[in-house]
Amino acid sequence: MNSIIEIENLTKEFNGFVAVDHISLSVEEGEIFGFLGPNGAGKTTITKILCTILNPTSGTVKVCGYDVTQERDSVRTCIGIVFQDSCIDKFLTGKENLDFHARMYHMDRRIRERRIAEVLDLLDLKGKENIKISDCSGGIQRRFEVARGFMNHPKALFLDEPTLGLDIQTRRSLWDYIRMLNEKEGTTIILTTHYIEETDYLCHRVAIMEQGKIVALDTPEKLKGVVGSNLLSLQIANSDDTNLLNSLKELAWIKNVEVHNGSLEMSIAGRDERIPQLVEFADEHGFIITAIDLHQPSLEDAFLHYTGRTIREEEEDTKELRKARMIRGGK
Amino acid sequence: MQAVRATKFIDPLPIYTMWLRQMKRFLRVKARLASSILMPFLFLAFLGLPLSFIPAREIQWMPVGLNFLDFLAPGIVGMTLLFAATMSGASVIWDKEFGFLKEVLVAPVNRFSIILGRSLGGMTTAVIQALIIVAIAVAMGVKISSVSGFFLSIVFMILICATFTGFGLILATKLGDMEGFMSIMNLIIMPIFFLSGAFFPLQAMPAWLRYIMYVNPLTYGVDGLRGTLVGGAAFPLWLDFTVLLILSIVLAGLGAYFFSKMEAD
Repeated sequence: MNSIIEIENLTKEFNGFVAVDHISLSVEEGEIFGFLGPNGAGKTTITKILCTILNPTSGTVKVCGYDVTQERDSVRTCIGIVFQDSCIDKFLTGKENLDFHARMYHMDRRIRERRIAEVLDLLDLKGKENIKISDCSGGIQRRFEVARGFMNHPKALFLDEPTLGLDIQTRRSLWDYIRMLNEKEGTTIILTTHYIEETDYLCHRVAIMEQGKIVALDTPEKLKGVVGSNLLSLQIANSDDTNLLNSLKELAWIKNVEVHNGSLEMSIAGRDERIPQLVEFADEHGFIITAIDLHQPSLEDAFLHYTGRTIREEEEDTKELRKARMIRGGK
Repeated sequence: MQAVRATKFIDPLPIYTMWLRQMKRFLRVKARLASSILMPFLFLAFLGLPLSFIPAREIQWMPVGLNFLDFLAPGIVGMTLLFAATMSGASVIWDKEFGFLKEVLVAPVNRFSIILGRSLGGMTTAVIQALIIVAIAVAMGVKISSVSGFFLSIVFMILICATFTGFGLILATKLGDMEGFMSIMNLIIMPIFFLSGAFFPLQAMPAWLRYIMYVNPLTYGVDGLRGTLVGGAAFPLWLDFTVLLILSIVLAGLGAYFFSKMEAD
């Protein structure tokens, strides 16, 4: 397998604020690779650097074998991008948008028309190509943007939060299109998202990001596997958690216990039979259980495991941080 | 793997594409066209026309053979061009944030070609607007001095456009964000318009005001338009032409240069 993206020791600073902090990774050809993290984790910054619209502060970045600062035009020829905020021309029709885009890549008329027909077909947009974009629904607009990113046969397609602001059904269908594009055309897809389901559903490998750093990088299955085979959450009413935590250590089948938001998250060996055992154990030690829940680990749990919080809490924190920075900076 | 083209400095296909897109947008958004013509129309109809009822011989400085509407019309054409061209140059900034340019900037196309095509599109639409204003003025009774003068005025229109598109581009790339831009815009544009000789002739002004008007690029634009369209110019036409030509090359060149410098940062 060839790697299509090679990042070595990449750092990006904005006026002393480190947005991306010494990241190294590589993405293989044909992969769907995801950057998962809350807003402000540095995902979009990485994408911009990979797409040659932002220069790294230090480190080397190669896309399709070309250096993003030295060989910009070569990189640009072999990538496609769908931006986080929609930037399709709303006064033009979908077809005009695709056509203009193709001209920018020096595709001549015959090739252009054939390719437009192809991408319209791939994304089920036939019959909608002559409607003004502003009259299309949000999902269709987004699909036209994906189609546009796909016009120039990119080897790598970047999708920056592709399903942001779409409803669940539209999101699901877009996921299927993305997967299909990856399979049919063999395009490497680099996705940034803060939707855990999205990475879980789509990605072959995921990098979990937090404050400009990668805290974990693996397949979704392995990331979940690290958390344990089964997870048990437990809440008690009449004692503090540390007390119970200490007592629980007696039980051999509990592999790991973490306290989070007044609830004990433990990974366990075994399945449903552990619930009555735990209830019995609590009875013996005089704890009163208020809630108990057994579930398979999700990527959310993996995220929690690696960062110590849920993605929603991370986002609250980033917002606070931003606010603080804004007040301090006066801008 | 497709061959990587070295991007040429002047690349016809992207230039044409950017131009075509500006034209399509212009023709499709009728409301915007109407609103951009409304303001000059109001000036002509409710300022120029009423003042033209004052007998021209009672206005001492009025060039022979003109009434106030004749005098004002080239100034209003100049205003139309000033507003349209500056906005076209400046709108590059938000097109880059939210629009088509953002997507174009990740395409393997030389930046100079992109900005050239876009500016040519903006200039074409501005000249069309100016010609509509000329037509409106003629309908109100302005007498165009000659056919050759009319065609010559189009040359001046293009030069005014190039100058102020460049000016808008420079402002936009230097000022950056939009909110600040809109307020500064009026602060700069309105004095340029008022002190261009659109409403009053340079010859009749005291020296200190004349010097201010001498450094205003639009003064030469309005004077050139007046000379070609209705007569009664303050400077010889070759002077207007030369000054504008130099200014347009310098400002448009500088604007394009600043824009192409806006590579990755």
